Order: sequence, then C-alpha cells, then structure tokens
Amino acid sequence: MTATVTVPAARATTAAPKRRIWSYWRFYLALSPFYVLFAVFGLYPMLSTIVLAFQRWDGLSARRFTGLDNFAFLVKDPTFWQSLENTVVLFLMSTVPTLVLALLLAVMLQSAVRFTNVYRIAYFIPNVTSLVAMAIFFSSIFSTNFGLVNAALRSLGIPQQDWLGQPWGIKIAISTMIVWQWVGYNTLIYLAGLQAIPKDQYEAAKVDGAGAVRTFFAITLPQLRPVVLFTVVMSTIGGLQTFTEPQVMVGNSGGTGQSGMTVVLFFYRAAFLDNDYGYAAAIALSIFALVLLFTAINWRIFRGRGEDR
Amino acid sequence: MTRYRLRGLALHAALVLALLVFMFPFVWTILMASNTTADIYRFPPKLTFGGHFGENVRQVLENVAFFQSMANTVVVAVSTTLLVLFFDSLAAFTFAKFRFPGRNALFVILLATMLLPAQLAAVPQFQTMALLGWVGSLKALIIPGAANAFGIFWMRQYFQNSIHNELVEAATLDGCGFFGTYWHVALPSARPALAFLGIFTFVGSWNDYMWPLIVLTNPDHVTLQVALSTLNRSHGVDYSMVMTGALMAMVPLVIVFAIFARQFIKGATEGAVRG
Repeated sequence: MTATVTVPAARATTAAPKRRIWSYWRFYLALSPFYVLFAVFGLYPMLSTIVLAFQRWDGLSARRFTGLDNFAFLVKDPTFWQSLENTVVLFLMSTVPTLVLALLLAVMLQSAVRFTNVYRIAYFIPNVTSLVAMAIFFSSIFSTNFGLVNAALRSLGIPQQDWLGQPWGIKIAISTMIVWQWVGYNTLIYLAGLQAIPKDQYEAAKVDGAGAVRTFFAITLPQLRPVVLFTVVMSTIGGLQTFTEPQVMVGNSGGTGQSGMTVVLFFYRAAFLDNDYGYAAAIALSIFALVLLFTAINWRIFRGRGEDR
Repeated sequence: MTRYRLRGLALHAALVLALLVFMFPFVWTILMASNTTADIYRFPPKLTFGGHFGENVRQVLENVAFFQSMANTVVVAVSTTLLVLFFDSLAAFTFAKFRFPGRNALFVILLATMLLPAQLAAVPQFQTMALLGWVGSLKALIIPGAANAFGIFWMRQYFQNSIHNELVEAATLDGCGFFGTYWHVALPSARPALAFLGIFTFVGSWNDYMWPLIVLTNPDHVTLQVALSTLNRSHGVDYSMVMTGALMAMVPLVIVFAIFARQFIKGATEGAVRG
C-alpha cells in the first residue's frame, strides 16, 4: 500500500507518469515545518519590514506613511556612515590577521606528526565558548588601570594606554577578540584543505628542485583557493553582523567617538532603545543591501576564478 | 638527523605557543575567579591561584538568578537542538532521496533564505511575539528556530552521499512507509552528520544574545548570556565576581564540546572542503 506512494528517486524518473499532486502529501508534510516557520517568522516579518521602512512608528501611536523620509534621513545621518565604516574596518582588521595566521598554523600543523589531535581540539575551543563571557574577559585585559595589556606595557617601560577609551584602542580590542575566536576554526578548515591536496604534486615539485617557499606559492596556495574563498565568504557573513563583541565591551553607545558602533548595533539601538521602528526598518534594509553587495563580490571572485581552471 | 629533530622541536614550540595563546583566556579567567578584585587591581598583578572562588560564586548567585538563567538556557538549547535535528533531517532526507513536483523550486527558496540577515525580520518579529503572547517566554526563542535552512542543506548533502537509492528501495519493498524508511534507515546511518548539526545548533543556541536580549523582557527570566551581560553592566568594577560568572557560564559548553570534539571537528571541516 505504501509502496505506491513512496517512490525513490531512481525509479521516479522512469515510472509513475501520472500521479495526482496530493499523492505526494507525505513529502510536503515532511518539508512543511521549515516552510511554515519561515513564512510566519521569516517572510511575513520581512515583508512588514519593507512596508515599515516607508513609515514612521514608535510602537504605540498609529503608523504614518512618510514616503522616503527614513532613507533621506539615513543618508544624512553621520552615525550611519560611521557605523558602516566601523563595520568594514573591523571586518578587515579581524579577517586579514585571522586568515593569515590560520594558514600559517595549518601549514605547520600539517607537518607535525605527534599530538595533532590535542592541537586540533585546543585550537577549536575558542570557537565554542560563550561570546558574552569572552567579551567580558577581553574588556578586562584591555582595561586601563588593572588590565593585563597595560601591566605588560608598564613592565616594559611603555606608558599605559586608555584602550577602551579611545577610537583605535576600541577597534584593536574588538578585533583581537574576533581573531582569537576564529583563528583556530579557520586553521582546521585550511588543514582539511591541505590534506586533500594530492601528494604526487609535491613529489613532482621536489623532483623539479623547487624549495619550500616556491612549492607553497606554486602548488599549495592555488590548490587551496576554493577553501580560502570559503573562509572569506564565511568571515564576510559573520563580520558584517558583528554585534555582541562591541555591545558587551563598550556598551550600546558604541564607546568613545562611537568607534565600536557597528551597523547591527546601530540597528539594535534605533529599534529597541529609541523605538524608532520605521527608521530601524530602513537600516535593516541597508544591512541586507550590504550583505547582497558583499555576496555579489564574493560570487564574482568565485566565478572569475572558477573559469580559468 | 639532528637537523630534522631541531626542526621538529621548533615546529612544536610554535604550535605549543599558539595553543597557550588560545588557552590563555581560560586560565586567566580561572585565576581571576579564584582571587579577590583587589588582587587583580594590584601591579604587578597576582599570577597565582587564590582561595576566593567559593566566595565569588556565592556573590554571583546573590546578584543574578544564575541557576534560573542556566535552566532557561538548557531548556532553550536542548529543545531547539532536538527540534532542529528532527525537522532538518526529515526535510533533508525528502530532498535527497525523492522526486515530487516543485522540489527544485522549494530547494532554491531554501538556499535563498540563507542570504537574509536576521535583522530584516527582528522588528515585526517582536510585534508577532506580542500578538502571540510570547514576549518574555522561552517559546519566542525555541519555536522560530525549530527548523533552519543551513541544517537541511547540510544533512541533504550527507544523505545524498551516504545512503544508496537501493537501500531506500529495499526498505520500501519491505513494507516500510516513507516515515518508516526515514526512521529506520535514514536516521541511524546519519549519526556523524547529526552529531555535528546537534553540537552546532546547541552552541549557537547557547550563545544567542541579541534576540533573547530583545524578547526576554522580564529581567528575572532570561538566558545565561543576558544574565551575564547584566551582571557585567551593574557590577563591572567587581571583576573577580564577574569573571566567576563568566567562567560558570562557559563550563557546560566546554564540557559538551569536549565530549563530542572529534566528531564535531570532522563534520565541521569536511563540509567546507567538499562544498
């Protein structure tokens, strides 16, 4: 009885030409949880956000259509531009060192024979710890009067810095935390990529008399390109959404000179502290545009590189 | 021979140095949690373990509803993980092994949803929660995240590569219905992939911060991350106590990871290389 309903893929292509759509109900039922949840908690609110972006609303009084006012205000809002700049600067300050260090560690880890599992587990742990707890930890070591970083500077005879009280200090503290958290994860991704490179390529290079550096740039790096791009894409998506680190380390204000204010923190403030929902919706749409833009750039790199192989 | 040994030593020295850097925050957190705030304020700072851990724990428990928050977090993380594992694997199995009208269109929609940032839905989401009466309730954290596109995509890859069509056909001929095949054939063979998705979801749920901060409006009924952030904001100068709270919030996660570490790392890195 069930055999007439359940059709494995291999057979469906040849047999079962005319079946009514309701005879597939089991499959649709199996898929329904995601799509129902997405419709209610994803699609519907997103469409409302688009409408809301053209309205003014504080959550209490009636909504008022204001046309493009929110967007007009947004492009003239210096805090918005600052938050965009901060987000991109933080993204670069954290992603570049993260990926370079990860590649370095992965190459070393690959040539290590013993204890590799200990290293792998220890390197991964920063990625699975409580973000808030770690943000508190990093703000403590960067604190002015009793932070470990300043204690180290003082013992070297260098004057202490007000790390979390000045714009660059804030960015350095936040990106240090992001680097610490993500180097290990990316190291293991690169390591898996390195181990997938065929051994005979290295042997051929050895026969040709290529040195270690030459081999790295001629074989390792080109072979690793897809994996590198994967890590760039993942870092981009994560980097554009930075919120917890600055929110815990310097607070909702974004700290001195608002230099820890990221776009998502800016959005959070407009929506849930100022209750300026229409404006927040406009910010949310601009974050979406930003994600699309960066995804398009990544996609282009992917396609462009894919063709010449 | 000695040259090789020297190189090996240098290699491990560098790797151990990196390991120490990665482990340092945990060690330093334990150090701070076992001393008084005055010890930490000193210059040069105290670098040995002290005997104030119990006292610090007592203060944390006094200042925040720690166990209540921990219980809330466990409830949210465990139920989200179980629901995600069930719904995602069921949908993934369907996508991977069966054909039906609209399959490709539905899958493209699924992939497209992964591009949508969470902020895009957050404001109206809150209104929806208010309408449902879920503001302040843990349901607001569990239900919207009970199935997700990433997990379905991930598990589908796994089912495509690891379960043969003949196996599904054989189960069908044996009289297993669609759900029977899923339960008896697909699920047992997907254990490594389920382990990865499970930990991934658990850690993500445990660490979720922005949405709980928004939707859990009663300060006595929050998750661990929100409680910790409140503790930091209101008692920020009392470092040894705040770091004790941070330590207490981290430990369960590290334990869960330590148990499943190998399977998790295998799952996490394999997907990246294959994809």
